[in-house]
Amino acid sequence: MTTTRRRTTRKKKSAPDLPDVQPSTEADGIAQGLSAEEYARAVEICGRPPNLLELGIFSVMWSEHCSYKSSKKWLRQFPTEAPWVILGPGENAGAVDIGDGLAACFKMESHNHPSFIEPYQGAATGVGGILRDVFTMGARPVAILNALRFGDPDHPKTRHLVAGVVRGIGGYGNCVGVPTVGGECEFDPAYNGNPLVNAMAVGIAPADRIFTAKAEGAGNPVVYVGAKTGRDGIHGATMASTTFDDEAEQQRPTVQVGDPFTEKLLIEACLELMATDAIVAIQDMGAAGLTSSSFEMASKGGLGVELALDRVPMRETGMRPYEIMLSESQERMLMILKPGQEAVAEAIFTKWELDFAVIGTLTDSGQMVLTWNGETVADVPIRPLADESPEYDRPWVETVPPAPLDRASLSPLGDWKTALTKLLGSPNGSSKRWIWQQYDHMVMGDSMVVNGVGPGGDSALVRIHGTARALALTSDCTPRYCQADPRQGGMQAVAEAYRNLSATGAKPLAITDNLNFGSPQRPEIMGQFVGCTQGMAEACEALDFPVVSGNVSLYNETNGQAILPTPVVGGLGVLDDLSKAVNIAFPAGGLELVLIGETDGHLGCTAYLRDVLGRTGPDAGPPPQVRLAIEKRNGTFVRSIIGKGLVAACHDLSDGGLLVAAAEMALASGIGCSLNITEVSAAMLFGEDQGRYIVATAHASAVLSAAYAANVPAGKLGVTGGDALTLNRGRSISLQDLRASHEGWLPSYADSET
Amino acid sequence: MSLRAGVVVFPGSNCDRDGAVALAMVAGRKPKMIWHQDTKLPPLDLIFLPGGFSYGDYLRCGAIAAHSPVMREVVAAAKKGVAVLGVCNGFHLLTESGLLPGALIRNAGLKFVCRSVDLTVERTDTPYAGRYTQGQSLSIPVAHGDGNYTADADTLARLNDEGRVAFRYRDNPNGSADNIAGIYNETGRVLGMMPHPERAVEPMLGSSDGLGLFQSIAEVLA
Repeated sequence: MTTTRRRTTRKKKSAPDLPDVQPSTEADGIAQGLSAEEYARAVEICGRPPNLLELGIFSVMWSEHCSYKSSKKWLRQFPTEAPWVILGPGENAGAVDIGDGLAACFKMESHNHPSFIEPYQGAATGVGGILRDVFTMGARPVAILNALRFGDPDHPKTRHLVAGVVRGIGGYGNCVGVPTVGGECEFDPAYNGNPLVNAMAVGIAPADRIFTAKAEGAGNPVVYVGAKTGRDGIHGATMASTTFDDEAEQQRPTVQVGDPFTEKLLIEACLELMATDAIVAIQDMGAAGLTSSSFEMASKGGLGVELALDRVPMRETGMRPYEIMLSESQERMLMILKPGQEAVAEAIFTKWELDFAVIGTLTDSGQMVLTWNGETVADVPIRPLADESPEYDRPWVETVPPAPLDRASLSPLGDWKTALTKLLGSPNGSSKRWIWQQYDHMVMGDSMVVNGVGPGGDSALVRIHGTARALALTSDCTPRYCQADPRQGGMQAVAEAYRNLSATGAKPLAITDNLNFGSPQRPEIMGQFVGCTQGMAEACEALDFPVVSGNVSLYNETNGQAILPTPVVGGLGVLDDLSKAVNIAFPAGGLELVLIGETDGHLGCTAYLRDVLGRTGPDAGPPPQVRLAIEKRNGTFVRSIIGKGLVAACHDLSDGGLLVAAAEMALASGIGCSLNITEVSAAMLFGEDQGRYIVATAHASAVLSAAYAANVPAGKLGVTGGDALTLNRGRSISLQDLRASHEGWLPSYADSET
Repeated sequence: MSLRAGVVVFPGSNCDRDGAVALAMVAGRKPKMIWHQDTKLPPLDLIFLPGGFSYGDYLRCGAIAAHSPVMREVVAAAKKGVAVLGVCNGFHLLTESGLLPGALIRNAGLKFVCRSVDLTVERTDTPYAGRYTQGQSLSIPVAHGDGNYTADADTLARLNDEGRVAFRYRDNPNGSADNIAGIYNETGRVLGMMPHPERAVEPMLGSSDGLGLFQSIAEVLA
C-alpha cells in the first residue's frame, strides 16, 4: 500500500525545468496527431499555444478513438431507446432492465491495434478494459464474449496471432474468474495485417444502483485506486487512430501490460465500496488513462477539476506529468467520493492490497488544472475542449453492390456430401472448440448446458444468479455481406443477432456494437461505414432492438490494405423461464424437423461460393436481402412456439444454409437426421436466404398450424434419428465423417509447428 | 446437526462462491467465508479450499497462498482431523503446504483446458465418496492450465498401494501420472482434486455427478 505521504520526501523537481511546460508549436501538434486546423483551434481555446502537456491532452481527447470525430454524425442514426433501456450510449456501458429489479450492463470494445503488435497482452488487456467498463457501473461481470478475425490461415503471421490472442483472452478471463461463454472466429486475407479482437462483457447490477461517470459537488475528493501508473501504453489511443505500415512492431511500447490478478482485486474492492454510500461518480482509466477519465467526469458534471500529479501512485521513478497523464497502465480507476468518505474507501482498498490516493478535488472553475509539487503545469478549459471537439462529415461514396449472380456460370453441385464436408471443415465453417476449451466458460456456476451442449450453439445462455431466468448472449457479423452491400450487411448483422437470441427462446432486448473499418479518410471506406450504420439503424428500429453502447475502431489497414467492413453486433436477450430454453442439439430421435421461413435459394456471397467454388469479392454477387418485417414476424413466432414448449431444438440458418444448419444440429447431439428436399441443388441446400430456422419438435402439427395462423411459411423437412445425415431416403453421410471434418481443421492447424 | 463448512477466500480465488453455493445446497445453511488473513478458524467440520488464481499464481500455483496466515491454521486443523477439500487451485495449495504429496505441473498439452471429463471413483469408504459406488463413472468438468499430477515413483506406488487415489481420469486431459485426478491423505479426510465437483451439482450445469460428493460430506461430517 503506497500512501501519498511517502512521496513528499522525494527530491522536488521544479516545474520550469520540465519539458512538459514548454510552449508547443504547430509541428508538435502534428507530431501528436492533430491536424493544423485542430492545432489552431487548441491555441484559440487556450488563448496561447498550449504547453506540451496540455497539447497531449488535446491530442488524446481529440483523437479518433476518444472523440469519434469521423463517426459520430452517423452514430446518431441509431435508435437508443426502448421501455427497457435504463442507460443508452455515452456511459461506460449500456444498461437494460432484465426484471427482478436487476439490470444487465454490457458493451463491446476492440483491441485490434495492440493485438497485432503484441497478441497476448493486446488481447488480455482488451478483456481487462471491457470488464472495467462494466464493473465501473456497479455491475458484477458475469460473462465475456469475443469476436475474432484473423488473416489467411496460410499467412506467416496468422498461426502466431491466433495462438497469442486466444492465450491472452484465456489468460486474463480465466484468472479474473468471469466465464468466457461465446463468440466467433473467422479468417480472411483482408485481415492479414489487421486482426480484429473485439471483446464484450456483460454484468449484472441492481437496477436502482447503477453508477455513472458524472461528477458532482465542487470540493469533493478525486480518488485514484487500483494499480500504480507506469510508462506503458503512453499514447495508445493515438496509436489506435492511425493506420499501420511495416514498422508497426516498433510501436510495441505503446501496448499495455495486463495483470488480471489486480483486476480481480479491483472488481471485489469496487463492488464492496459500491455497496456503501461513498461514491459520487466513478470511471475507469482506459484509453488515454488519467486524462480522459478525469476530463470526462468533470465535463459530464459541468465542473472543473484540480489534480496534484505528484500524488499519483507511480510504478517507476522519474516519471513526468506528461507520462502520468497519458499512461495507459491497466487496472486503475478514478472516483469522486462524498465528503468525509475517504477513510471508508481507503480501508476497503487496503484490505484488497490496492493503491489508494486522494489526488485532487472537483472545482467550480470549469478548468482542468494540473499541479506538480505545488506548481501549476497545465490549465485548460474543459467545456470548450469538449464542445469544440472536432466532428467531420467525411466525404463518402456509396458502395455499388455487385450484379446478381449468373447461376448458369456456376459449376454444378456434384456430390452434396463433398460440398457439405468441405463447408463444415473449412477454416470458417469448422468447430471452434479448440478456442473455447482454452477459456474457462463455466466459472461462476451459471453457464447453462441444454441437451448436453454448452458453448457452440446460437447464443450462450447464462443463468441470472439466484433466479430462474437467463441471459442469452451472441455476437454476429458477416463481413463478406458488408463488403458487397454495406447496407444489407449492416442489417444482416443485427438480424442475425436477433435470430440467434430468438432461436433459444430469449426475447431480444438490445445490442452493443463494435464498428471495425479501414481509414475514414478514404471515401470508399467511409461509404462502407455509412452504409453499414444505415442498415444497422434500420434493423434496430424495425426489430425494436436498440443500441445501448458501442465502440468504433477505424484505421484498420496496413500498407493501404483495409479490412473487410466488420460491424460486429453483440446481442443480449432474456429468457423469463430458463427451463424453457432450447439449443441446437437434437435431444432424441423420432422428432420431426420443420423449416421456418422462405427459401428462394440465394447463392450470392454465400459460404458455399467462397469455400466450395472459391468465388469471393465482386465475383460472388450480392448478399441475400434482409426483409426486416419478415425477420420480426418469424423471430416472434419462433419465440412463441418455444415458449409454449412445442420445440425440442432450434437453430437459425446462416453461413452454409440449410444443410450446414441441419448437420450442426446433428453433430451437437450425435443424433442424425433424414431430410426430404424436393430439389437437391446448391441453391436449396446451401443458399443463405435470411429469416429462417430449423426446429425439431414432437408436435409438428401444432407447430404447423400455429405457423399457418401467424402467416409464417413453414414446412416439414424431415425427422431425427440414426447416426448419419440422409437426403431423400437415399445417400447419406455418417456423423463420424462429418465430425472428423468439422472438428479436425482448427486443432491440426493451430497445434502444428509450421 | 447441519454441516459446518468454511470456504477460504484468498485474493484471486474465483470458485469460492461456486463452492459455497454447492455446500449450501447440501448443508442447508451457508458456509462461513474465511478471509486469508484470518488467524483463527471457527469450529468447522469441513474446510473448502476453492479454485482460482491465489495471489495471481505468478510464482507457482498455490505457492504464495500456502504461506498465508490462514493456511497455518488449515494445516493445524487438518492435523487434528478436520476434513479439508481442495479443488483445483485448492489442490495446488494442499500439495504446496505438504498436506498431500506430489505436485501439479503444466498440462501436457501446454494449454488451459476447460471441459467435462469422465472420472472413475476409486474408493467409496471416505467422507467424500459414500454416495458413489466403486468404479462408478462421473462426468465432472476440469478448468486448469496446471493440473498434471506428478510425483516420484515411490510416492506413486504408495498412493496406489494404499488406495489413496480418489478419482482417475478415463480420458486424461492433462498428462497426470497414473491418470490421477484426485488423492487422499493417509486418513482419507483430506482430498485434493483437479476436477470441479461444485460445477456439476444440477442438470442445468450439464451434470449433477458432483452433488454426491457434497451429499456424502454432509452425511458423514455433519
